[in-house]
Amino acid sequence: MIIETGHFALLLALAVAAYQMVVPLYAATRGDERLMRVAASSAVMQFLLLCLSFAVLTWAYVTSDFSVLNVWANSHSAKPLVYKISGVWGNHEGSMLLWVLILALFSAAVAIFGTNLPPGLRARVLSVQGSISFAFLSFIVLVSNPFLRLDQVPAQGKGLNPILQDPALAIHPPLLYAGYVGLSVAFSFAIAALIEGRVDAAWARWVRPWTLAAWMFLTVGIAMGSWWAYYELGWGGWWFWDPVENASFMPWLIATALLHSAIVVEKRNALKVWTILLAILAFSLSLIGTFLVRSGVLTSVHAFAVDPERGVFILLILCLFIGGALALYAWRAPSLQAGGLFSPISREGALVVNNLLLTAAAAAVFIGTLYPLVLEAINGTKISVGPPYFNFTFGILVLPLLVLVPFGPMMSWKRADAWAATQRLWAAALIALAATLIPVIAQVRGPWLAPLGIGLGAWLIAGSLVELAGRIKLFQAPFTTSLARLKGLPGQAIGMTLAHLGVGVMVLGVVAVTAWREEIGVAMKPGDVTEIAGAKITFKGESPLTGPNYSATVGRFSVETGNRVVSELTSEKRIFLPSRQPTTEVGIHSFWTGDLYVAMGDEAPGGGRNVRAYFNPLVTLIWIGSVIMFIGGGISLMDRRYRIGAPKRAATAAVPAE
Amino acid sequence: MTRKQQRSAFIVSGLVILGLAAALVLTALKDTIVFFYTPSEVVEKKVEPGVRFRLGGLVKDGSIEKLAGAKVRFTVTDTDKTLVVDYDGTLPDLFREGQGVVTEGKLLPSGVFEADTVLAKHDENYMPKEVADALKEKGVWQEGDKKAQ
Repeated sequence: MIIETGHFALLLALAVAAYQMVVPLYAATRGDERLMRVAASSAVMQFLLLCLSFAVLTWAYVTSDFSVLNVWANSHSAKPLVYKISGVWGNHEGSMLLWVLILALFSAAVAIFGTNLPPGLRARVLSVQGSISFAFLSFIVLVSNPFLRLDQVPAQGKGLNPILQDPALAIHPPLLYAGYVGLSVAFSFAIAALIEGRVDAAWARWVRPWTLAAWMFLTVGIAMGSWWAYYELGWGGWWFWDPVENASFMPWLIATALLHSAIVVEKRNALKVWTILLAILAFSLSLIGTFLVRSGVLTSVHAFAVDPERGVFILLILCLFIGGALALYAWRAPSLQAGGLFSPISREGALVVNNLLLTAAAAAVFIGTLYPLVLEAINGTKISVGPPYFNFTFGILVLPLLVLVPFGPMMSWKRADAWAATQRLWAAALIALAATLIPVIAQVRGPWLAPLGIGLGAWLIAGSLVELAGRIKLFQAPFTTSLARLKGLPGQAIGMTLAHLGVGVMVLGVVAVTAWREEIGVAMKPGDVTEIAGAKITFKGESPLTGPNYSATVGRFSVETGNRVVSELTSEKRIFLPSRQPTTEVGIHSFWTGDLYVAMGDEAPGGGRNVRAYFNPLVTLIWIGSVIMFIGGGISLMDRRYRIGAPKRAATAAVPAE
Repeated sequence: MTRKQQRSAFIVSGLVILGLAAALVLTALKDTIVFFYTPSEVVEKKVEPGVRFRLGGLVKDGSIEKLAGAKVRFTVTDTDKTLVVDYDGTLPDLFREGQGVVTEGKLLPSGVFEADTVLAKHDENYMPKEVADALKEKGVWQEGDKKAQ
């Protein structure tokens, strides 16, 4: 009965979505303000219904109700509670339900917080949101229903893939989806603007916080996934250019470009047509990304053969939204009023360069990810495009971007003096030079490019700090004045400084771990000692362990530096029930200089264990950098200017400065 | 600067970057593409030693052999032809006898495939896609097996 309630709520939500899609759009066209208001209430209603539906599915998982096909196929009664809950979105059907739930959450948020929007715009935005929701709810109800029942109730479920039973991976999908789906708001705003034929500074100011929120979730979601891959897969790598990773990375790149171009629309009323295109592309890539991962389009073109309905349905939705949006764009964009002028050397110009490089990088990743798919569809040749391709193309496109980052904020709007901007960065340049020399003087072995990479990271960090120092007149005015100025800085300025600084921190980590990583693989018997990066690792022996739904062998290691034991590490080999699938839990000790990473392998032929140890210098900086970017986004989002003195549209269209 | 000049500057710089990106992508694709073969295809296509490719199939039952160090030797089969693979590194946890596997590396003149990567997918399906396709062609593996464990 409870299951049917959830199912029924899902069907009701579908009906509400249909209503939300049609009625507000019609009302907005007719200018009927009273009727437009149903957009907000139906968005909230739809969210509540989907909450109920999702809660019911979660309940079915928590109580291990194996009469539900989805629960039986993906859960097991011996699983710890937290993984029963995360199991809800650890499978295709449940994850799609989570996807629409988050979509509805964003719609409801627009409905509730968007009271300062012009009624017509709000109605149209919510109507577009409703149409996305309608498409996906139809998909769920028709071909991907999580509430289907089994006639005969099995005694036990089949279990969740053990490597998904991990705290980071439990929260990784919801974060990532919040990012993907959050971009739908920017998309809906873009479509609404195209229908209205009007884009202005106020529009950009409404769109930006939503894009920023989505971008923050994407950033931390991707970082979380990479962190998980790092400690769970047992190879010590943090990014593999796997199609699944690329699927989330492409929308991130475009969302980053969109964040920057929306600033130009907001401040200078220029780049409007381009910004609309980015908003459409960002969400289109989210849609593609979701399905590359979830539908198996990429891991298997033949998913269509497995379940033709599902594959075709997915393609239909993709074509409808991406094609429809681009067609509308081609038709309406030329009629948008052109905005302010600027010289190539200006803040606007710098942001254009940022945009061009980011989109080019996204395009390179896109081609590399989808080329094998297309080639196989055309002539059946199976190929793979691996890390060398991505490292090369992405690296070449992103390097100049990173070098130029500190210049951007130094440029003034409209027309800037490049030489003056360069002069203001002399301190940062000195610091970068010093940082480049550190590994050279310390005579660290490794590729000759590595010191330059370290210099680049330092350049980014120092560049953003120098910019901040300039703003608060540090060392130019009394310290108290500087402090007062710092307090008075708008959130957006601090947010930008932190985000750029975060990129620099991440670059340091990426360069260090790529260039100076150490790895050894040895067979060890209890008592054996091996050495890596100046640390002595002793294998102390192994013992059995029984977990809730697995049995494990625990290997104990002690780590010594300078004859002092600094850490006792354990690494486990787990065998999960009921699939008998093994997983590895690695032991990690973080030094200031990097991570010591120990993974215990299978039994070695002559007795003992195969052990792999890595030293990953500064690897933690990769995730610290992401977190700094996330915090920067958050501070920017808190900026009062988004709320107080809320943007109002000029009564008449502003006359463009000609 | 007039509006027209600005627009053309925008378009020209866009095209330059796009052209650069396209050139990059094309050269990189040419040099880094790796083909996927099953053991039968390796024989059919007469793959030369030293050429990088991906080899996929099933790990033959009883073929896993631990060598000195952390090295391991196993046989990949598509039930028709087989190929011996040497690998020095950590095997993914999903690596098992009788299961699908994708390895990347090159043939040695001796005819042994020297792999530097052994891949396992971390999705709900335990079978790498290319392997599933190849095995379907051979008629050894049916869709229904996918969910069975």
